Amino acid sequence: MSAPQTNPTATRITYREACKQALREALLADSRVFLMGEDIGRYGGCYAVTKGLLKEFGEERIRDTPLSESAFVGAGVGAAMAGMRPIVEIMTVNFSLLALDQILNNAVTIPHMSGGQFAIPLVIRMATGGGRRVAAQHSRSLEGWYAHIPGLRILTPATVEDARFMLKGALADPNPVIIFEHVMLYNMESDLSSDVTEVDIARAMTHRPGRDVSLITYGGSLSKALQAADALAADGIEAEVIDLRVLRPLDTKAILESVSKTRRCVIIDEGWRSGSISAEIGMRIVEEAFFELDAPLRRVCSREVPIPYAAHLEDACLPQTATIVAAARELVRPT
Amino acid sequence: MPALGADMEAGTLVEWLVKPGDRVNSGDVIAVVETQKGAIEVEVFQTGVLSDILVPVGERVPVGTVLAQIDGAERATPAPAAEPVITPPPIVAPRKTPPLRAVVAPRVGRLKVTPAARRRAAALNVDIATIVTGSGVEGSIRLADVESAGAAPVRAAAKRGLDLSQMRKAIAAAMSRSKREIPHYYLTETVDLSAASTWIERFNVDKPPVERILPAVLFLKAAALALREQLRLNGAYENDAFVPSSNIHVGWAISLRGGGLIAPAIRDADKKSLAELMGAMRDLVERARRGNLRSSELTSPTVTVTNVGDRGAESVTGIIYPPQVSIVGFGRVVARPWVVDGRIESRPLVTVTLAADHRATDGHIGGLYLAAVARLLQEPEKL
Repeated sequence: MSAPQTNPTATRITYREACKQALREALLADSRVFLMGEDIGRYGGCYAVTKGLLKEFGEERIRDTPLSESAFVGAGVGAAMAGMRPIVEIMTVNFSLLALDQILNNAVTIPHMSGGQFAIPLVIRMATGGGRRVAAQHSRSLEGWYAHIPGLRILTPATVEDARFMLKGALADPNPVIIFEHVMLYNMESDLSSDVTEVDIARAMTHRPGRDVSLITYGGSLSKALQAADALAADGIEAEVIDLRVLRPLDTKAILESVSKTRRCVIIDEGWRSGSISAEIGMRIVEEAFFELDAPLRRVCSREVPIPYAAHLEDACLPQTATIVAAARELVRPT
Repeated sequence: MPALGADMEAGTLVEWLVKPGDRVNSGDVIAVVETQKGAIEVEVFQTGVLSDILVPVGERVPVGTVLAQIDGAERATPAPAAEPVITPPPIVAPRKTPPLRAVVAPRVGRLKVTPAARRRAAALNVDIATIVTGSGVEGSIRLADVESAGAAPVRAAAKRGLDLSQMRKAIAAAMSRSKREIPHYYLTETVDLSAASTWIERFNVDKPPVERILPAVLFLKAAALALREQLRLNGAYENDAFVPSSNIHVGWAISLRGGGLIAPAIRDADKKSLAELMGAMRDLVERARRGNLRSSELTSPTVTVTNVGDRGAESVTGIIYPPQVSIVGFGRVVARPWVVDGRIESRPLVTVTLAADHRATDGHIGGLYLAAVARLLQEPEKL
């Protein structure tokens, strides 16, 4: 990774700052955009993403809501129907279940049932994932559930660049979009080139090419997969790392291309294994690239328990670099 | 393509020793075929002129495939019934001659082949069944295995000699089938060998090493002669019926260095002298270990004799080699107290065992047979 001074057009910022810049840019660019959520105004957001925005944009556009996810997501659906561009923040995916009815029965269903009379250009942001030692009800990864729902676009920015620019694409989408920000990424720092001003919200990205095994992942597990690829490279195994970026609609083509090249695949998904997005990815590979496979598929997922509070147990529960390395090595060089 | 073992389904033609236009006589070795048990020389049982070679070198074909055409073929053996070549049925349910590709699938146990490897094998025309070890997950055969098999020319892969891991698989198939299908019964008899031992010592005393005989030869001869009295132990059990054989071709079990086992026939063992048997045994052991046996030697045994004495075991409970119906075992000769005429004496003893197919015979026949072996060993000079 290049240092800031070697690239005069790059700024080194955190993922959190990238999220904030994206929101600020949206607020400046379009007067229909407003933010809504719990503690996003005076407190500055539970992960401090919206800190300072209230002062700059005022209470009309940075709205603190009551602790009622169903109510403020529903209000977001209504505002979107009425032509606004609401960006709703739900503190974490764990609390979004209270708003599931609004998302599933209203946000994605109204455009369909109204015969296209209503568009719902709603953007919902929420934090997801474990690793912060905040126990079971704050640490889940449920984005795979949302990826089950037709009519939603599910974005999982795993890089500073995606955190900075995916929002723009999401706001331009006439349908509801959910952006999942992994809690362990907010403090991640990276260079942001001034050359980049937008990103697509449709395709997966190859972060590292390789010929021996595909590591397919997204969100908070990307950095672990990249570390695993480094460790495997030291062992002479060339892993290809694919960041899905979009969980719905899945970039199946990118997945199949990578697996058709490497013929081996480990899917890393912080969700629980059973019925997970990793299960969907694996099934698509088997359906459409069966004859390319030269090894069984493998998954590294979270253990199927409520995420533990104790540090060593939480670490043991979540996908880790070492478990990814072991899974990949076993496929390439079985013992 | 002859079936050269109970488990054989296909073989690879390695070498033609004749060319079209050559005159062949019954008993001539005309080709070499690679099987799980190594390279086997294929003999003809006709006399005539070889007009056409139908299977080129390097090709793997199912058992039953016509390899070559002989014009003016006249059966050398006028009464084929007198010389039935026991063709062991394939280990799986009989099927019509399968296409070459079908040879890939059958193997002992489920063969793990990755989808990519399977497709590449078809493209390269590599027979997956010839790939001995897989380097993939759970020992699966993967792309790299197929590609390296595809890179090696077929002729090189089918070199003459023994492939012990293939042989292991063949043994596994035959023995599993035996234990699965054949209701064995087992009988044991301890035989006083003092007469035989004395006789062998006397016979060998003035002989150069190459002419000396081993006790195993006496066992072989006694086992063969005793079969004349109990012909129901000699033959094949096929298609739910026992087919006796009037010839006694003893399959002599030979263990190979590095593992593996093969039991080629010593033909008409009951009619051969001890010296002839000794010579036949030496010849077979040498050729078996070189992987240089003839097809008829593998197909013709009507019974198997195994001698585990030189390995140190006192007795063996054998597993019948299908489709045969019995296996006779001899253990190590040991000196033990033995009651002779009411007195305890030290005597050299050997434990003779019989494992026989209960579908073909009952224990009564087996008992009579072992008694005959014991009796014959008391008069070694008559063997």
